[in-house]
Amino acid sequence: MTLDNLFQILGVIVVASPAILLAVLGLPMLVSRPLSEESQSNFTKLAVLAGLFSALTILGLMLAFDSRHVVIELGNWVEIHQEDFHFHLKFVFDRLSVPFAILSFVLCGTVGAFASIYLHREAGYRRFFLLYALFLLGMIVSSLAGTIETLFLGWELVGLSSALLIAYFHERPGPVRNGHRVWTVYRFADAAFLIAALTLHHLTGAGDFDGLMGTGPWPEGQAATDSWHALIVGLLLLVAAAGKSGMVPFSGWLPRAMEGPTPSSAVFYGALSVHLGTFLLLRVSPLLEASWALSAAVIVLGLVSAVMGTLASRVQNDVKNALAFASLTQVGIITVEIGCGLRYIALIHMIGHACLRTLQLLRAPSLLKDYQSLENAIGERLSTGPTFWERQVPEAQRSWLYRFSLERGYLDGFLNEYIVRPFVRLFRWCDQQERRWTRFAGGSEHRESDNVTVYGDSLEDVV
Amino acid sequence: MPEMHLPWLELSVLIPLLGALWVGCLRNRDVARRHAIVVCALTFLCAAGEWIDFNSLHTFEAHDHWDVLDAVFHKDVFVVDELSAPLLPLGAMLYLMTVLTTLRTKVNRFSFGWTLFSEAVLLATLSCRDPWLIIALLAIATVPPWIEMRVRRQATRFYCLHMGVFVALLVAGQALVPEDASALNPPVIAGCLLSAAALLRSGVTPLHCWITDLFEKATFGTALLFVTPMTGAYAVIRLVLPIAPDWALQSIGIVSLFTAVYAAGMALVQHEARRFFCYVFLSHSSLVLVGLEMVTPIGLTGALCVWLSVGISLLGFGLTLRSVEARTGRLSLNTFHGMYEHTPILAGLFLLTGLASIGFPGTVGFVGTELLVEGAVGVYPLVGLAVVLAGMLNGVAVVLAYFRVFTGTRHAASISMNCRISERVTILILTALILGGGLYPQPGVSSRYHAAAALMAHREGKTTRDPASDEHPGDEHSQHDATGHDATGHDASNHDVNHDGLDAASTQH
Repeated sequence: MTLDNLFQILGVIVVASPAILLAVLGLPMLVSRPLSEESQSNFTKLAVLAGLFSALTILGLMLAFDSRHVVIELGNWVEIHQEDFHFHLKFVFDRLSVPFAILSFVLCGTVGAFASIYLHREAGYRRFFLLYALFLLGMIVSSLAGTIETLFLGWELVGLSSALLIAYFHERPGPVRNGHRVWTVYRFADAAFLIAALTLHHLTGAGDFDGLMGTGPWPEGQAATDSWHALIVGLLLLVAAAGKSGMVPFSGWLPRAMEGPTPSSAVFYGALSVHLGTFLLLRVSPLLEASWALSAAVIVLGLVSAVMGTLASRVQNDVKNALAFASLTQVGIITVEIGCGLRYIALIHMIGHACLRTLQLLRAPSLLKDYQSLENAIGERLSTGPTFWERQVPEAQRSWLYRFSLERGYLDGFLNEYIVRPFVRLFRWCDQQERRWTRFAGGSEHRESDNVTVYGDSLEDVV
Repeated sequence: MPEMHLPWLELSVLIPLLGALWVGCLRNRDVARRHAIVVCALTFLCAAGEWIDFNSLHTFEAHDHWDVLDAVFHKDVFVVDELSAPLLPLGAMLYLMTVLTTLRTKVNRFSFGWTLFSEAVLLATLSCRDPWLIIALLAIATVPPWIEMRVRRQATRFYCLHMGVFVALLVAGQALVPEDASALNPPVIAGCLLSAAALLRSGVTPLHCWITDLFEKATFGTALLFVTPMTGAYAVIRLVLPIAPDWALQSIGIVSLFTAVYAAGMALVQHEARRFFCYVFLSHSSLVLVGLEMVTPIGLTGALCVWLSVGISLLGFGLTLRSVEARTGRLSLNTFHGMYEHTPILAGLFLLTGLASIGFPGTVGFVGTELLVEGAVGVYPLVGLAVVLAGMLNGVAVVLAYFRVFTGTRHAASISMNCRISERVTILILTALILGGGLYPQPGVSSRYHAAAALMAHREGKTTRDPASDEHPGDEHSQHDATGHDATGHDASNHDVNHDGLDAASTQH
């Protein structure tokens, strides 16, 4: 067996293991014969271990044979060759994707093991693991994607599974509303991503990263485009990354995401999902070199997000929210690092932060106990007074800053006031005009749907 | 013209027609429902047989075996081509699944007889290409919903007004089409009238209010079956596409694009589930029109793919809503209903079909939507991005409806609300189609590209190569041309005639 064949087999296992897991968990549910908790847990472990082992083996082989860029070609998923249209399935193992894929397997495996106990006998246990498999598949596909279309495919899977997991406790309206809010932000980010992908297609004639970023292994590729085009595509991708990573102005969804169960909060919003935006920026980092304006925009966005995160995290009265904003701070700093061209530092920072944050979030349910243990150990209460930096803020500004931080920079209010409300008002006005027209031309006085209530139908329906 | 091995088309029309007469005479509604299911299943089998048979012929068009109508009228009345071949089983499936999922709570208000009659008319419409016959059938198809609304004592003025104008525009437009009309020699007034008719039937803004009115006043099943086959888009292809110039079609495309965004926005502010569905459907059907009117191979292929995917996915979406309605009554979207615990399978299907309709990865709509977006941006570089906007808004709306209907509270019920067997069967079939088509899209895309290329060639009226031979250089089809004989040993001179629809269009001009 040649080295290339071995890479091919291992690469396919890495991608196929979460896909098979999704099928194994999903198909029995479809025919109303769900697997037992134990079987689900075992299949999950098996899939994660198979994927992780294969990814580690690939890493070992790459190090042993000094191979920095391994491509797994799965051919064209769809092709119309007369029109030069193809959806190319290609996965790339390089210095960026391999660590991120391994990180995804490690953290998902940890959280899977944790959740199998934490959610034991929960009504939504099976649903959780199904969405978990969807998320894992999305993360692996995104991490290893060799074309922008493949990355988009994984990106969408991550978005859907994240939103549905936020609404995991779906018998309460709060998580559901928050899940929908996050989904809305994700859809906006997805739209920006899709437009960027289309623009990329029109610029390079293909969605292959090699076509845009040059053929050099990451991070040494040279963008094959001019600065103006790099700025356009880069800004669209920056919007997509900001939406996915909860950066300003979308940071309002971070605390909302904490409505989900602790394992999902830990792995998705504390560790992996929140870093997907920065991963995207790293993947397209040669674009940043092609445009100083784009680099500046990335740095500014990162700085603003980091400041916002650190301010908001200090005034949260809930540990998961505080950790969510602390994550935002780190994500902001990672973004600044990417903007400054420190790609390896950004990658290491991302991996370290993801591991730390997962640990913190998984410990969050035991925080009070941990505090008590700490206080018992040191023999006194932990300090709750102002920190050094808080003391530097003038007294007159503190209450304003506190309120600003508590309201998370009024970003949610801003989006509600200037985007959501005018949108709803406009379409409600259109609805009114349609009503008038229907009444005028149709002669009927009212809509039946106006009187709809739950169980509002007549007896005719059931007789 | 080549002939299929059995009279599939005539059977597809005759079976529901006779079934309508039979079922209409039955007094017992439960028995009528069961008989209607059998009739719809037989019709579906014939339609599916037609598709399989047609595919085995490797031709652009074909007519029935033992064509009785041909013998009577000396004219090919029922002809199926690459465009309509998959639409027939799709149409038959729409009816089968709707009848199959009609629960006992709804049998008193849902007319099985008229439903079967509508099915016969729809399949006849999709089986013929003669403009006047299509117009007559489109006009007849407007009658059953009108009768149902009259029976339910609902106001029909609005519906009659729109359908009257629709038929009048069709008749006037077709009457003004000269014999030698083509895209190179377009009859402008006739084209405008026919376009207006097709757009009205498709519910393009601001001519869409009759559809929301229909959903308010007719039963959900009837309204669903009247709009989901997208006969307005079919009218565009059969009546408008061959004679309208590119600039006119692309201008109409802008209107459809506006409708797609407008309807998606309207879906987000609806208070009631049926109206919500109606706007989501309008948005998607407008996207199909956008693709059709771009007149590019990619756009047209995308539109034909989305036509099928939206037909399947929004049928499932609508039927799921209808099944939930059958359990709870009409659904307000102002409150949460929390139906998930009682009907998790329906919840899953609702989400799956909704996501498939917006072109979510891994579902049947994904590749079609990608092609559509690609085509739209190619023709209208900036305005085309509105397709992305419409997709985004529809995605938000679909998940919003899922959350409102299935989550957000605990629903207390004293009886079991779980899926019935007929519903489970429907769900499994739809899921298989949505995921199967999504994971293995190449055959569907190739087939739709072939149909799109043939339509383009027919429209442009210039010599083009058969796209199939480009696409499958080594397959059986190509071997026909090379050897002069087909696989069964028949003389391929017949096969050359098989291509006359495409080749005539390709070589005559």
